[in-house]
Amino acid sequence: MTTWDRIELIRSKNRPTIRDYIPLLFDGFVELHGDRLYGDDPAILGGIARYRGTPVTVIGQVKGRNLEENKRANFAMPHPEGYRKALRLMRQAEKFRRPVILFIDTPGAFCDMESEERGQGEAIARCLYEMMTLKTPILSIVLGEGGSGGALALGVCDQLAMMENAVYSVISPRGCASILWKDPSREKEAAEMLRITAQDLLELGIAETIIPEPETHADPAGMARAIDDYLSQTISNYLKIPIDKLLQNRYDKFRKIGQFLE
Amino acid sequence: MLQDLFGKVKKRAAVEGKKKTSDMDVPQNLLFQCPKCRAVMLMDEFEENGKVCRKCGHHARLTAWERVRLTADPGSFRELDGSLMACDPIGFEDYPRKLENTRRATGLLDAVVTGICSIQGSPCVIGVMDSRFMMASMGSAAGERITRAFETALEKGLPIVFFTASGGARMQEGMLSLMQMAKTAGAAKRHSDAGLLYVTVLTDPTTGGVTASFASLGDIILAEPGALIGFAGRRVIEGTIKQKLPEDFQSAEFLRSHGFVDEIVSRGELRHALGHLLALHRGGERR
Repeated sequence: MTTWDRIELIRSKNRPTIRDYIPLLFDGFVELHGDRLYGDDPAILGGIARYRGTPVTVIGQVKGRNLEENKRANFAMPHPEGYRKALRLMRQAEKFRRPVILFIDTPGAFCDMESEERGQGEAIARCLYEMMTLKTPILSIVLGEGGSGGALALGVCDQLAMMENAVYSVISPRGCASILWKDPSREKEAAEMLRITAQDLLELGIAETIIPEPETHADPAGMARAIDDYLSQTISNYLKIPIDKLLQNRYDKFRKIGQFLE
Repeated sequence: MLQDLFGKVKKRAAVEGKKKTSDMDVPQNLLFQCPKCRAVMLMDEFEENGKVCRKCGHHARLTAWERVRLTADPGSFRELDGSLMACDPIGFEDYPRKLENTRRATGLLDAVVTGICSIQGSPCVIGVMDSRFMMASMGSAAGERITRAFETALEKGLPIVFFTASGGARMQEGMLSLMQMAKTAGAAKRHSDAGLLYVTVLTDPTTGGVTASFASLGDIILAEPGALIGFAGRRVIEGTIKQKLPEDFQSAEFLRSHGFVDEIVSRGELRHALGHLLALHRGGERR
């Protein structure tokens, strides 16, 4: 399967979204709205629920399952208030020692005038900054598209898992092709070169786990079972690690990423 | 030749549909013409003024070493990690050649210079990004230098001053570049948690993944007049909203009026402003 095949797959209509997964994975989900500063961004959904009996905070970008849902959630492209809501809920999770489960699924942070006026860069930066020392376990799962800084804002975690066909990229292959060759139609080549698949990220030391997908992803229950298998083996382990050690490990995980000469 | 002298400016003038009229015959590099107000001045005079136009106050971009010379107390600067440089981790088309050419053209190994110095007598760690180096995009090497600068400052209990400029994460290193955002922001957090001061000076242009990481995280955020500062590129936004953006959009002044910059400080005042801020954080020993 080429990288481009995977991109087409995760962009297809029948790819399950956070809205499919929440009722399949969690009990008693309560959605919490707003960033307490400006508004509520429908592109990011967050709340609290139980996972196998343990209270958890769940946050993620909202891909629509049809055009109407997509319009409402701005095609999963958050404004700054979305990231500020996410951070508010993460701080709340820290207060109550709830693990945070983050579902990444976005083409990227939204790029309009209002996002600039309200500080898109600052909102993302603040997430990275606070999450690095958030005193509770953080697990991030890339469900489909991980689009650059808008994805990373939910990706400073103790463990990064990629769904088998998910991609996570510093720039969209289209954007890369436009800059490099002045030809956006060469996006398929750019997709291969950028090394954005789950396997690539495992090899680059960025992701820790690949969650195998069932035969077809158009099976939300099967997809949810795969995520459940992963979470059930993972969360309880992280809850056992003393906070100081957890934070040191988290810092070290990002600290060692990069290749250079000296 | 005159044509060479104003070649760059002329190109821009043509794009903007304006005609430039100048018939002086002077050797190359002796004169500077301000790209903003078109005033002509002696290059020496312009450089002596910190590359700020004497007529309209336009701040031209500085190289990293020019910035160090303008900021650090004479003879106080010691470079950190000066041999650290980028490689080609994902085999990206043309990247090694581009690195090689840029290194030759700039005399820099990568887009960031870091070091320890004093500013008006206050010791600090300083970092400067140089937009001539692939638009100061942040890859593994830049990210590592920045992270180490914060870690050195933390270790030595020093404040840190960062002059930012960047086109964002360096696409040629793929996801490794994106992760430098988390790495640098995390290092800034640890430095902050130790009660140490971090001052950011946003310079032209600061955008993308650098805006969305350590550049936006200073305790105090200054900016140079007229600097372009933002997250998304102008053309990207115009593509999204299908209309032209106002001229001052994403300027330092725009950011200040929206609450994202503490103060705009002109280049001539900057050294004094930094010295003052550093001294204000030195626990009363100057009393």
